[in-house]
Amino acid sequence: MTNESKPKLAARREFLAKLARTATCAGAVVGAAAALGVMQNVAAKSESKSTGGSFPTKDYDWTKHQWAFGVDATKCIGCLRCVEACKTENNVPRNAHQFRTWVERYVYLEGEDKPRIDSQQDPVNIEASGSEKEYRFANRYKDAKVEKAFFVPKLCNHCNHPTCNQVCPVGACYKTEDGVVLIDHDYCIGCRYCVQACPYGARFFNEEHGVTEKCTWCYHRITKGLQPACVEACPVGARVFGDRRDKQSPISLFIRNNRVQVLKPETGNGPNVFYVGIDKEVV
Amino acid sequence: MEPLINAVPYTGWVYPNETIFEWSVLIAVYPYLTGLVAGAFTVSSLYQVFGFQRLKPVAHLALLTSLCFMFFVPLPLLLHLGHPERAFNSTLTPHWTSAMAAFGYIASFYVGLLMLEAWFAYRPFIVENAQNKKGLLGAFYRVLTLGSYDVSEKALRIDQKWILWLAIIGIPAAHGLHGYVGFMYGSLKSREWWSSDLMPVIFLFSAIISGVSLLAVIFVVSSKLRKIPIDLACLKGLAYTIWGFIMVALVLEGLEFANIVYKGREGVEMIMEYVTGPLLVPYFILQFAVGAILPFLWLSYMIWRGTTGRALIIGVTTCAVLVLFSVFMMRWNVVIGGQEISKTGKGLMFYQLPILGKEGVLMSAALIIAPFLVLVVLTRLFPPWEHEATTSSSLHAS
Repeated sequence: MTNESKPKLAARREFLAKLARTATCAGAVVGAAAALGVMQNVAAKSESKSTGGSFPTKDYDWTKHQWAFGVDATKCIGCLRCVEACKTENNVPRNAHQFRTWVERYVYLEGEDKPRIDSQQDPVNIEASGSEKEYRFANRYKDAKVEKAFFVPKLCNHCNHPTCNQVCPVGACYKTEDGVVLIDHDYCIGCRYCVQACPYGARFFNEEHGVTEKCTWCYHRITKGLQPACVEACPVGARVFGDRRDKQSPISLFIRNNRVQVLKPETGNGPNVFYVGIDKEVV
Repeated sequence: MEPLINAVPYTGWVYPNETIFEWSVLIAVYPYLTGLVAGAFTVSSLYQVFGFQRLKPVAHLALLTSLCFMFFVPLPLLLHLGHPERAFNSTLTPHWTSAMAAFGYIASFYVGLLMLEAWFAYRPFIVENAQNKKGLLGAFYRVLTLGSYDVSEKALRIDQKWILWLAIIGIPAAHGLHGYVGFMYGSLKSREWWSSDLMPVIFLFSAIISGVSLLAVIFVVSSKLRKIPIDLACLKGLAYTIWGFIMVALVLEGLEFANIVYKGREGVEMIMEYVTGPLLVPYFILQFAVGAILPFLWLSYMIWRGTTGRALIIGVTTCAVLVLFSVFMMRWNVVIGGQEISKTGKGLMFYQLPILGKEGVLMSAALIIAPFLVLVVLTRLFPPWEHEATTSSSLHAS
């Protein structure tokens, strides 16, 4: 060390300093690029669909369909057969607090600005049906002057950018190639983050099975060419289901022939349940 | 068998599925514990990294406290899961778009870091006991030496370097851990009460004040129990730290609330009805007035008047207890409060806290008390107060 001349040492020190600066800059650039990459991958809109061969049966190719749902609120009569059908078809717990689909009633009384809203789970309605296992809207406004009233069926919106899917820590919740959001009940850990994340209240936790549950558009039926149970049970055709790839399917016609809207578009979730005849108060 | 569900009462219009409260008190306990960990670690870092000499008497205690509480952080989550046996799925096959997916990694990394730092900090003590103690206890310390008996000055200097760097890495790790907990709530757009960019920072600062307060209480109580005079300079240092951070915490929380009210987006009427109704006492009175503003004013007064002696001890301890309570109320008001406001923006629910059961009061209390019991055991095995002798070659002396 002592033999080395001072300029030589200074040069070495300068070189090392330069090296350190370069490394710092390079590190910063790599870090920023990595951060950018991460951000792109976890952002709400970049969630990829599940891929795979034919699923769930060899007769069904999920790359050939794009399912969607329509609700014509002007037709719904609030009979709740859809709710009954869903509970039966999907083995949904028979109580007044857990639903894969439900129907809301909006009633504007004379002289009131805001609607009175209830659904089949309202205690008054449960009392009218006489049981938590059967559903009926009580005729609670028969003595009031009703200005406007309508029913709105609700279900999972099978969003293009599902928040529930985004927040699942294990990937048990996924979006299929044909546009359905499903939950793998053998993999769900039951943390309920998805229940919190869904803006539509479409999910619930099944205590008995320890997993989250929600509407699947009766995936076990639609992949066999059948309609979802609620659609089949609706006596007035208020619920419409079909393949958007097929331009003549009921849903394609529904969307083409009507001015449709979705719920809570401001969330950016891109819902796939399209509504006709709902009001500004419907959320 | 009928599934066990507990529906909550509500007013207005709420989605049918919302009538079952999904995130219970345990999910409020979880960020509370995490916050205490991050806060306690801050104290140890203030000494190790930033050279706050007056915090030296609590530096090792801070490390032990942080470690004890960290052991219990995953427990409320595990108790809450529908399938706790699948908990490791999130670590084995993490779904990276989820804010929750990294928890296993961040938490494990942090536990590892804490244990490593504690090991270096206690190495001279461990070696000493490994050589002097007999029997099972001696064997315990001998295992902990990991075969390294070198306590020469050179070796200790290397240890100090490790401690410094681990403490430096620990700062972003501890605060990342907690900021990330805040992000879990703040990033959800489904609830106006949660959906805030400020949420991670609010969580962070409330974490710091809670951890420092915890340490102040433990310091005073342990000194009393050991019948030694309380180091007033150290206590004052802790008081300054609480005072400094509580200001930021208060401003942030105030800003957050002001933002919600000022923006007045859809559903704000329900939020206003909520905060002026059911949340009036827990939020404005308990969390803000009693838990934050009162200790802030009291601490300000003591700093202004240069209070010392018994009055200082009583004042700081009371303030610390109030802050601990306030931060718990903050967690409660975020986690439970957020769920009490319906996603419809047209209704409110009322959570009923059960006494018994795995998500009840007793379990929550047990989860908060358990770390203290472990801390008592750990302070017996690794006395944090005898360290002036063993770490004479401390970082700042060198």
